[in-house]
Order: sequence, then structure tokens, then C-alpha cells
Amino acid sequence: MNNTPQKSYNKIEKLVNDKINNNPSFGDNIVTSIYQKAEKIAKDVVTVNDEKKVDWDKKVDKILTSKITGYPIMLILLGVVFWITIQGANYPSEVLASILFGIEGELTEFFISLNAPKWLHGLLVLGMYRTLAWVVSVMLPPMAIFFPLFTLMEDLGYLPRVAFNLDNLFRKAGAHGKQALTMSMGFGCNAAGIVACRIIDSPRERLIAIITNNYVPCNGRFPTLIAISMIFMGSLAASHFSSVFASLSVVSMILIGILVTLLVSKFLSKTFLKGVPSSFTLELPPYRKPQVGRILIRSLIDRTLFVLGRAVMVAAPAGAITWLVANITIGDVSILNHAASFLDPLGKLLGLDGFILMAFILGLPANEIVLPILIMSYMSQGAMLELDSLTALKNLLINNGWTWVTGLNFMLFSLLHFPCGTTLLTIRKETNSLKWPFFTFLITTATAVLVTFIINITTNLLGLV
Amino acid sequence: MELVSKSIPFVENEKKEVLLHNLPVGKKGRVRKLLNSGQKRRRLLDLGLIPNSIVKTELISPLGNPIAYNIRGSVIALRKEETRNVVVEIIDKGES
Amino acid sequence: MGLTNQSTGLSLLKQKFDIETDNKTVIALAGNPNTGKSTLFNALTGLNQHTGNWPGKTVTNAKGTFKYKGKEFLIVDLPGTYSLLANSTDEEVARDFICFGNPEITIVITDSTCLERNLNLVLQVMEITDKVIVCLNLMDEAKRKGLEIDVKKLEEKLGVPVIPTIAREEKGIGRLLETIYKMTNGEIKTNPFKLKYNEQIESTVKEIEKELVKILGSQFNTRWLALRLIDGDKAIINSIKDIITIKSSKGIGGKLYE
Repeated sequence: MNNTPQKSYNKIEKLVNDKINNNPSFGDNIVTSIYQKAEKIAKDVVTVNDEKKVDWDKKVDKILTSKITGYPIMLILLGVVFWITIQGANYPSEVLASILFGIEGELTEFFISLNAPKWLHGLLVLGMYRTLAWVVSVMLPPMAIFFPLFTLMEDLGYLPRVAFNLDNLFRKAGAHGKQALTMSMGFGCNAAGIVACRIIDSPRERLIAIITNNYVPCNGRFPTLIAISMIFMGSLAASHFSSVFASLSVVSMILIGILVTLLVSKFLSKTFLKGVPSSFTLELPPYRKPQVGRILIRSLIDRTLFVLGRAVMVAAPAGAITWLVANITIGDVSILNHAASFLDPLGKLLGLDGFILMAFILGLPANEIVLPILIMSYMSQGAMLELDSLTALKNLLINNGWTWVTGLNFMLFSLLHFPCGTTLLTIRKETNSLKWPFFTFLITTATAVLVTFIINITTNLLGLV
Repeated sequence: MELVSKSIPFVENEKKEVLLHNLPVGKKGRVRKLLNSGQKRRRLLDLGLIPNSIVKTELISPLGNPIAYNIRGSVIALRKEETRNVVVEIIDKGES
Repeated sequence: MGLTNQSTGLSLLKQKFDIETDNKTVIALAGNPNTGKSTLFNALTGLNQHTGNWPGKTVTNAKGTFKYKGKEFLIVDLPGTYSLLANSTDEEVARDFICFGNPEITIVITDSTCLERNLNLVLQVMEITDKVIVCLNLMDEAKRKGLEIDVKKLEEKLGVPVIPTIAREEKGIGRLLETIYKMTNGEIKTNPFKLKYNEQIESTVKEIEKELVKILGSQFNTRWLALRLIDGDKAIINSIKDIITIKSSKGIGGKLYE
């Protein structure tokens, strides 16, 4: 055994303790010396030719963070981004759908020509392929528009200003100001938002940000929110204003999501994650000319294709499973119907129904398949179906007993309920524990149930339905 | 161990010394001293708020907190909880 | 190996030695946030990059490779930080890599428009390692702001190569590559400026260093470690404790630190 290291260590420890206790300013002195030297060198090598006032970005900052215009501009920008996404995605979505569903016809013929058994065709084409086709045609266009727009705002330097504007709310909720940034990332994909929580250094505030990220609707949930908004809110307005109305109702969903985020954050920092806010520093970098080419590459490859790839990977097996539960019957009734009628009393209590709850459960792998599963269940066709128009969808829903409260609660449940499988896995990875994904699952589901229950009861009592 | 930050009480006085969060927008100040200790003090120093450095209040967020300062060329937003530990001397126009 | 050290410094350090370099020359890329660090990283590596995590940390670890004059390089993009002193995970990862990861060169990318703040990090990096190249990025913005930087003088003051760049337009990258190449070949030698602290600190550093050498040998920068100890750096204290544990349990220590 060699004891020298231990001895030396003890000596060092004593030295350090003696010196530091006698002179607590050692640390200060080190930092200060380095900065002073840096200052001196900089003074020696930098000449300020003419103090050219590049103060246009200060003026921009004044407007973007002002008491009066700060928040309205944020909301308008958010609204515009969604409006562009909704409007822009419409047409390519239709084209993609018609191409992909056209291929489905050919696949069917191919299976027939092979004399393949009916269940195989059902499982692979009606289950797997259809879900895939739906996910791709519904998700790809909005993501291909949303992510570049988002990256553009990031590149311009606007996002730190958002965090700056909102920090006080998060501070009051016992959370970190950078949570606003991770939330904006969540609009694209909650799993991505949760990974982004790494920018928050304090473990407590990082956990809060992770747990509540799901209250920001991701791209997988936007199509659902948009479709229902169009049906129940958009139809309130003349047809060429309907997309504006739908955007407005989506924006109000987001505001509710932010409100719930703040409330739950506050609740967490008062209960499970007690503590004082850690110090917060946020740099507001100068505005920079965005690099459009790089934005497109980065957002399309790093974000769009990445998220789509993952969605496809979960959607395919999920489609197969859904087809199975809808087609395997016990007695005369499919498993899906059994489960739905079991869940129906709970669903009714929340202003929803058993099929809706079942769709959310089966949609655990990916949020974007919730609506297709629901449509499939209602139509009892045994396979997911693309309805050719929103009117047809509206009629289908109304025939199944939907009112505007069902629509509202469906959107709220979608906004607040448990995260998708990928997101839960990401939480597990990022927190390195099973406890936090499980906890997130519970608390989000509890919020969704509570909110929809209250709305259902109130509207019933007030006789609004 | 020094997670708890002790603060020395400070009364703003005539020598034009104020706490950083009270430095008006557009005004420059020279850092006099930091009132806290431990980790939080260290964070401020690390940002460049060492004695004698110049700071300028740039922007106040819509809800009044945080406030962004120009510290050594970067604009950095800090919460009042931090900046009330920094004593600065207001620099009058003309001086720099 | 049977080492179950959970404490940050050493486990990080240990796994850092297992970094798969495939005989490539390892370069670290450090810098303040918003200085164009990832732009430079992209300019150097193109699509030859992949991201993962730092061992045991939820801090993103981006690595990329590039070739210059037949020589292969592995560049590690460190988290963007203002300083290497405070106790954030990002800063810990960055400085542990520079100190223990043994990169052949550390590039510090700086924002020419606020050199003073950025030189703070440069000086800190130069305390850890001699093999530093400074990139003066965003030269175009500095010009627009009416700033003129005497590159030669800065180079003399720092004692390391200083390369002006505009990473967005890939300007200055060629010179940077040439400098990297020459430095790994030994054609360029550095003579980095070392900051002197006050008498009290310096004498304490000397005393601690004397003991540290007995524990660590000469692989590590004992002056820097001593400074961190004076500074009350908990993570470093833990790393040193770990090293002692390993050294006093026979055999293993030598293997790990040779």
C-alpha cells in the first residue's frame, strides 16, 4: 500500500482550508484578475474608429419587449405562423393523400392478384399502410412549413426575446425563464422540447420544464386541433374567414396550454419539486441575418425528417394493432367496441365518449393517429379512413352525438392528456429514471380529466348544451 | 456548501450609488461592490460584474422583471433577485 | 476495470480516455455562446458529424471529422460558455474535456465585436492548455461597428495563433486549417501568456502544486488544478479524491493514467 497520495491530499486539504478560511476573497481575486487582464488586452488591440451607431436593433428590441407591444406582437407572430402552416399545408396534404391512397388501391389489387388471405391484406394494407399514409400526408406538410418558420425565428434571435418577455410569469411559477424556449420547441415535437430542456441548468427547474412540456401541443396534435377547430369554430364564420377563425381557436388552445403549464409548474414547485428559483441569466444576442439555405437544411433534415421518421416507426405497428382490435371479435362484437363500451361511462362524465377515450389510448404511440382511429371506430369499417371533406367528418361526428362541448373537450383532452410513447421514452432517457415519465403520465392525465370534467359539469348545469 | 447566499443590507445613498435593478434605462453605472456571497456572488462575477466594470441598463421586460444589461459587450437579462445584490455608482453623461 | 466511480470528474475523465479516435487528431472547439461556434463546426466538418451525449451527462456532445492534407481530424464541439470557472454542467464538461480529454489543439472561437468578454474565456483556456488557436469570428460585424482589431498585436500578447474569420461566409477557414495542420506537425509552437495572480495566491499555488505532483505525476496541469482547489471547486476535489482511491488500490491506477 502506498500512502503518499493520501498524505499529500491531507496536506492539500489543510492548506486549502487554512488559506480559504483566512482569505475568502481568493476566488473573487482569481475571477477579477482574469477579467481585468482580458479588459487590458482588449483595450490594447481594439481601436474604435468611429462609434457608428448600429442602434436599429436596439429600436427593434424596444418594440419587441415593450409593455404595450411586446405581448401583442408575440401573439400575432404565433398566429401568423400557424395561419401560414394551416393554409400552406392544406393543398400539399390533399395531393399527398390522393397519391398515397391511390397507391393503396394498387396495393390492394396486388394482394388480390396474389390470392393473399384477407386478414393479411387487412393487417398490412388497411391497418399498417393506411395509418402510415395518413400520418405522412397529415404530418409532413405542416412540419415542413412549421419547422423552417420556427428555425427562422430562432436564427433571427427572436426566441430569446420571447423568453425575456415571459420570464416573470415563470419566475412567479417557481420555474426557469428558459422554459419558454423549451416550450416553443415543443410546438414542433414534445420529445424535441424535452431534449431542449438541457439548456436549463438547475435540476429542479429542468424537471418542471420536462414534466410540463406536454401542455404545448405538438405537430402531431395540431392537425387534430385544426380539424376540430375548423368544424366547430371555423364554421361559425364565412368560408373565406374560416381558416382565420380556426387559427384563432388554435391560438386560444395554446394560450390555455401556457396557462396550465404555469399553474402546474407553480403547483410542482410548491409540492413535489420545492425550492427557490436558481439564478437566471439569458443572453439577448444581436439580431443576425438568417442563413436561409442552412435553415432549410437544418430544419428539414434535423427536425422534419427526424420527427417524421420516428412517427412512421410508431405509426406502422400502431396501425396494425388498431386493425387487429377492430377486427378481432369476441362474441359478435370487436375488442374495440367492447373496450369502448366499458370506457363509455367515464367518457360521458368528461363530456366525451368511450370511443374517444379508446382512440386516445390506442393513439399512445403517436398523437396524430388519434383522430383517424376515432373516425374508423365511428364508421365501424374496421380500418382507418380518410374522409374526403371536413363536412363529411362533421356529419359523422354529429351523428355520433357530438356537440360543441364534445368538440371543445376533445381539443382540451388532446392538449392536456398523457404524452405520446416517444415523449415518455425521451423523458425516461433524459431523467434517467422510470419515476418521472410515470409521474408525467399521471399528472397530465389528471389535468386532462379534471379540466374536461369541470367543463362538462358546468356547461350541463348552466344548460348550455 | 455555501448554497445559502448571505446578503449585506444596503441603503441607497447620496453618493449616487444605487442597486443595479434601480439603474434607469439608458444609464451607465460603475460596479462598486457585490453584497452577496457564495455561489450567487460567483455567478455575478463570472458574468463580468466585477468591481469597477461598467454596466448599462438596456431593456426592461414588459412585466418589469427581468431587466437586460449591457455587460462587457453582451446584453444579458438578469432577475431582480440577482441584481439587487450589485451596488453601482451612476455615471453622469459626459463621463464614460 | 471494476471502477464504479459515480463522481463527475473522474468517470467523465475515464470515459474520455475511451473516446474512439481511430488515430485521428483530436481538436476541441470552445467559445462563448452566440459566437458562431456551430457555424464554424459545420464549416469544418460538413455533414461528417454526429451528436450524442457526454458520458453520464445530459449535455449534447457533437463530434465531427475532417481531413486536411491527408491528415484526419476529430473535432469535438464543447458547450458554449462564458467561463470555465462556475459550476454549471456545461462548463464542467467543457473544461474537463480540455484538461483531461487531452485534445491536441483547443480552438477558442471569439466574437470580435465584444472581444473583452471573449478574451476572458481565452485566458481561462490558456491556463489549462498551451495548444490554443484563437478564432476572431464575426470580423464583418466588427467592421460594421467601426471596430478595428490589431491581430498581430493580439497574437503577440496571447502568444498563440490568432485567425480572423467570418465563419458564415467560410472566410478564413483555409488559414485556420493550415494553422491547425502546422501546429499538430510542430511547425508552429505556442508560447501562451500565463496570468500571474497576487503574491498570496501564487505562493499557495506553489505549495499545493508540490503536493499535487506527488499524487498525479506530471500528466496534468497541476498549476491549474491547484488554482481550482484554491477556488473551492468541489468537482475537482472529488476527482482528485478518486484518483487517490484508485492509486492506493494497487494496480489499476497506473494503467489508467499511463
